[in-house]
Amino acid sequence: MSYQSNADLGGQDVRDAIVMEPEGDLFHAPWEPRVMALVVAMGPTGLSNIDMNRAARETIPNYRDLSYYEVWLTALEKLVLQQGVLGDAPPPPKQVLRAELVAAAISKGSAFSRTPAGPARYALGQRVRTIAVQPAHHTRLPAYARGKAGIVERVHGAHVFPDTNARGLGENPQWLYTVAFDEKELWGERNPKQRSTISVDAFEPYLEPA
Amino acid sequence: MSEHEHHSHFHEPDSQHAKRTLSPIELRVRALEALLTEKGYIDPAALDVLIDAYQTKIGPRNGARVVARAWCDAEFRRWLLADATAAIASLGMSGRQGEHMVAVENTPQVHNLVVCTLCSCYPWAVLGLPPTWYKSAPYRARAVKDPRGVLREFGVELPESTQIRIWDSTAEVRYLVLPQRPAGSEDLSEQQLANLVTRDSMIGTGLPCSAA
Repeated sequence: MSYQSNADLGGQDVRDAIVMEPEGDLFHAPWEPRVMALVVAMGPTGLSNIDMNRAARETIPNYRDLSYYEVWLTALEKLVLQQGVLGDAPPPPKQVLRAELVAAAISKGSAFSRTPAGPARYALGQRVRTIAVQPAHHTRLPAYARGKAGIVERVHGAHVFPDTNARGLGENPQWLYTVAFDEKELWGERNPKQRSTISVDAFEPYLEPA
Repeated sequence: MSEHEHHSHFHEPDSQHAKRTLSPIELRVRALEALLTEKGYIDPAALDVLIDAYQTKIGPRNGARVVARAWCDAEFRRWLLADATAAIASLGMSGRQGEHMVAVENTPQVHNLVVCTLCSCYPWAVLGLPPTWYKSAPYRARAVKDPRGVLREFGVELPESTQIRIWDSTAEVRYLVLPQRPAGSEDLSEQQLANLVTRDSMIGTGLPCSAA
């Protein structure tokens, strides 16, 4: 089984200039706000969850050639087909976001914190190592931070685990930590000195004691 | 044209309306919206309300209020750094893409920079929709490896001694940078201070405007 994420860009050799954008320049084509709103409005229907959405986006073969709203549109089209919306028995929406419910839905959001199944395995200040394996499914440990030693800087409680949630295998809550790495650990001595520390938010299954 | 079009920022004279051919991507969006409406998943009127909310209500001026309050009120600053979600909610900002907030403070020694290398995670509740560059490959690829080069592109040159702390938002925690209060801003009101706070200064790719 193979799974290819085309969205894991951290540390890659991308040389194009960063294109600045003034505040308030939100959309660049008339269809873009519609796509943003479609994606947001589909949330409450439960047709997919946020991790399924991310998996659908990152596996688009030409991900890197698309603008971000094109990515969102392409992934939503894909999910609509996958979930059988066009079939004889489309899954009924859990909830339809009516216009009058929008403001309340935005300010409520949807929390990802859950009751942990057990105590946290790691403590603040503890040295840990990230796992080196690349799983054959959606995951949230970036390639540049695999197999690296770092320090637990924050403990966030248990959150929905994307690796299972993306595959429809349940929320499976896991402890979430901010793990900080020295730049030399990630990039080696050859990278020009930046005086930087980089952290990722890592779920407990991504970590081993160091 | 659909009845929703007049709500967007892209006005066209009616005469051009009729002549213009829809692009392939516009046709796709319309087809998808029509399908999801017909199947009962979406209320098209809700899309208009969502677009309006992110165009007129939820944007970086919200985050600027949080920063200005933290600059003026030491107790609020402590609360923000200890429990950003609650402190921000006390100013009426909460919810979608801001459920789990962490505020990180710039000091003379440390400069914070926020990125999402895996997708486009961004604190919508305080900053609104992310700018295109935040979601694009050059920033996502380089922010973690060459932060000084990235900051230089944004016109920010930090002292060599400043430590750069990069937060890659790889889960559902969302980060807000609390920039340093500009020198000479002692006499400014909270509202005047908020006007100095730029979107980029709350991502870490910029600094607040100068008080002069």
